[in-house]
Amino acid sequence: MDHTRETEEEALLNDIASMLAAFEKERANLIPILQMIQERHHYLSASALQMVAKHLGVSGCEVYGVATFYNQFRFYPPGKHRIRVCLGTACHLRGGDIILENFERKLGIKEAETTADREFSIDRVACVGCCALAPVAIIDDTVHGHMAPSKVEGLILGFEIEKQREKRGKQHGESKQ
Amino acid sequence: MVRLVVDNRQIETEEGATVLQACLDNGIYIPNLCYLKEMDSPPGSCRLCLVEVDGYNQPITSCTIKVKEGMIVKTNTEHVRRLQRTAFELLLSVHHVDCRRCPANRSCELQRIAKYLHLGVKLKRFEQLERRVKIVQDHPCLEYVPSRCVLCGRCIFMCQRENGQAMLSFARRGLDTVISFFGEGDKARATCGQCYACVEACPVAALLIRNAHSQ
Repeated sequence: MDHTRETEEEALLNDIASMLAAFEKERANLIPILQMIQERHHYLSASALQMVAKHLGVSGCEVYGVATFYNQFRFYPPGKHRIRVCLGTACHLRGGDIILENFERKLGIKEAETTADREFSIDRVACVGCCALAPVAIIDDTVHGHMAPSKVEGLILGFEIEKQREKRGKQHGESKQ
Repeated sequence: MVRLVVDNRQIETEEGATVLQACLDNGIYIPNLCYLKEMDSPPGSCRLCLVEVDGYNQPITSCTIKVKEGMIVKTNTEHVRRLQRTAFELLLSVHHVDCRRCPANRSCELQRIAKYLHLGVKLKRFEQLERRVKIVQDHPCLEYVPSRCVLCGRCIFMCQRENGQAMLSFARRGLDTVISFFGEGDKARATCGQCYACVEACPVAALLIRNAHSQ
């Protein structure tokens, strides 16, 4: 598993390196470069930030400072299942923050982070357009309305069971061959 | 030389100096946190060095205006004091006050300002907000305590000045703002651990030399 991660990281950095060549070495290009990386790879890794700093001749912490200032940049790769919790006005009033906290506690990560196994990532969003169902969470492409702490448990458990079943199915298939 | 009148006292100073520097040089104290005399363009972000100057209808930060011949400055009007107290109370509302166990005790700039403004350090007007930020211990020789930090930016300025490139910077935003040391691989980082200009510049002991003080 770690090995595939390493090669993945390497491929990512190689891609960024080739894209960086198109940008002139000016400070003004910092945000466009970060946006380019985010668009292609959906997150900014520490080594990517370091690479940008080197390209522009600024210190790594300056790049980090700028990147962390803006909400649009992520620092963790998106999980296999993306959990988005709505904290728009209606959801906020109906306890959306409690739902967010439940997800955070259940998965042991904070918003905008990804679990170590890259199964789940949590994001907060502002209104998804179905306020009547508040509080709302969107997992992958499914909207879950009238969320409650007990539902959080159930949803995560559902994914875990599904994963185990898949695993068992795979083992079963292998033993057959 | 430029002559100006501060609090009915005539003082002399060099041309091009800021009002704040002129006052400090002449023994007139004005509270300040984010200013250092080496700065060419002080950030004026602590909002403590306000003074009233004839010709301006509002109090103005003394670190950002240059002295002019015949200027009349007042540092102790009621309007100025009210603004300074509010700014100070807001600063302390996110400061973890634990002076007895703080290495900066007695040399702390906040204590000095509190005394000067006749305020304590346990203030009640604003709700006390604990900034719940993780302390990232990722620097080989420095320690950072975000609950003490007033985010004045002096350390960043000094690092930039000493090393040509700042090895620390503000990160994140709003209540989550911290000083970050990101960038382990930076070559310039190799010199870190020699100047400690950032630690010296810190007014509140939020930046410390690692292991020099017990937590």
